[in-house]
Amino acid sequence: MLDFDFIVSKYNYWIYIVLMMIGFYAMIGKRNLIKKIVGMNIFQTAIILFFVSVACKKGATLPILTNGHGPVKHAIDVSHYINPLPHVLMLTAIVVMVATLGVALAIVIMIYRKYNTLEEDEILKAIK
Amino acid sequence: MTEQAPILIIVIPLMFSIVTPLIGLWKKDLCYPWVILGITLSVLYSIITLKTVLCTGVIHYYVGGWMPPWGIECVIDYLNAPMMLLISGISLLVAVYSRKSIEQELPGKTPYFYTIFLLQVSGFLGIVITGDLFNLFVFLEIASLAGYALIAVGEDGAPLATFRYVVMGTVGACFYLLGVGYLYLATGSLNIADLAKILPSIYSSKVVLVAFAFFMVGVAIKMALFPLHAWLPDAYTLAPSTSSALIAPLTTKIAVYVMIRILFTVFDPDFSIIMTHTTDIMVWAGILAIFAGAIMALAQTDFKRMLCYIVVAEIGYMVGGVGLANTIAIKGAILHIINDAVMTLGVFTVAGIVCYRMKSHNISDFNALFKKMPFTMTALVVAALSMIGVPPTCGFFSKWYLLQGAVVAGSWTFVIALLVSSLVNVVLFFRIFEIGYVFHESHDGHDSHAHGDGASVIEEAPLSMLIPTMIVAVGIVLIGIYNQPILINIIQLAVPKL
Repeated sequence: MLDFDFIVSKYNYWIYIVLMMIGFYAMIGKRNLIKKIVGMNIFQTAIILFFVSVACKKGATLPILTNGHGPVKHAIDVSHYINPLPHVLMLTAIVVMVATLGVALAIVIMIYRKYNTLEEDEILKAIK
Repeated sequence: MTEQAPILIIVIPLMFSIVTPLIGLWKKDLCYPWVILGITLSVLYSIITLKTVLCTGVIHYYVGGWMPPWGIECVIDYLNAPMMLLISGISLLVAVYSRKSIEQELPGKTPYFYTIFLLQVSGFLGIVITGDLFNLFVFLEIASLAGYALIAVGEDGAPLATFRYVVMGTVGACFYLLGVGYLYLATGSLNIADLAKILPSIYSSKVVLVAFAFFMVGVAIKMALFPLHAWLPDAYTLAPSTSSALIAPLTTKIAVYVMIRILFTVFDPDFSIIMTHTTDIMVWAGILAIFAGAIMALAQTDFKRMLCYIVVAEIGYMVGGVGLANTIAIKGAILHIINDAVMTLGVFTVAGIVCYRMKSHNISDFNALFKKMPFTMTALVVAALSMIGVPPTCGFFSKWYLLQGAVVAGSWTFVIALLVSSLVNVVLFFRIFEIGYVFHESHDGHDSHAHGDGASVIEEAPLSMLIPTMIVAVGIVLIGIYNQPILINIIQLAVPKL
């Protein structure tokens, strides 16, 4: 049977999947190019959410050691610190995604200047 | 400097691309030699690294001196050393070739075009050289973004085709990134060599399986494997001839390279072949791609679009070859990556020359071209024979190994697909040769010049386009003749232990 607690406790993963599917639907289903770009952005953001939520811990703090100068005297408990690496990776990924968004918008501007519309059907008609 | 050679291969095009627009502001004509200089240096360093790899074995280069689990590592082994030489060599030829074509198709935009051109090259080289999964994603996106820009400036309809490519390509890259995320979740490492050590103990984990699936789908979109190929034909057909001459031979082949890396380096061959049966699916995907590509190519009246569908079919060869999963087929598939890149470069450069002279790339424009541009058409014949698979050319040998591999694996459908696709290529290219000859029209008007050089040489392409094309044609034959040394000295060692 459905384990309700199990589903609820993993809510961050469910949110990322739902967001991703919303974005995917917008990319496939919508005929307007801007809506497709919005869908693409939601899709990418869902992945950022996934990475960031993976690294998150309740009650943990920044990965900076207090009394870090000199030799550390006490054992370091991993559960007290958040893993910074996924966040750092996402900084790079966000840059990549912003660049993709920029290129996509530039292409949309080219399309709009040429055909004066952003509806895919009308553009296809204008090409043929 | 030879110690730093591995990183210089990618850093040089990157740095040169940043300077190119500045040079363009000062003197536009200087951009072209500048680009050639940059890529030539890259080629030289690729040759040095290839030599080092052949003499001393696998090179590990630690970027910034940081050791692997924390820092980024560049690994050059027998698989990617020849890939790097291939990429930089093809880029050099296309760069030499580009001058006239760009002046005609994109007047006034040359500095910006070359900037993106160099970015594209460094993206390609970065994908191949890196030993870090996330870094691979970043380079994949650098190459893709530069590719979008290079394609979007093409003919009417190119922006919309590019837009579709952007959407599809982003989905592919995001799936790849998700795969990286799941693997990081399971192992806490991004380094390929590290992952290869950690993963075998957790192969039964569902997280690893999901990561593997995401990798495969993402890379399949990037390489335009058959049902996911929809973005490729439009984008490559409508791109400017130089862009398609650079992107068509390389992008898809590099995605195949990434697939081989993930299948056999990140994951064990045991995992890919025996545990998940991915390779069985890949054989069928390859067969489907070959048939679909061949049938669609037959229906085209546009030369470049026909070539694009042939590219789709060729992807089927490589994916199917890797999927056959025996030593000889994988050897054939890796050799076919090299051969197909060179062959595709050959046909696309010819398409570019025809487009430069005739202002269109319809098949009907090949009317009587053998008379007007004999050298170009000779190059086309060589490349076409290689695509078909006629012995002295390189296409024959990789197909031969693939066939042998298919027979060893007992996959007769793949054998049939290979043979049918070769026959279809015969039909496709001989149709063009026939149009190119047109015996009955050769007697009117030009009769007095028929045997003189005058009438035929005038129409020939400019030398800067012709020489790279001829080099490619010679290269096709040379790679074919020297396939045995290449196989024994390099590719043999790149094949994973099965």
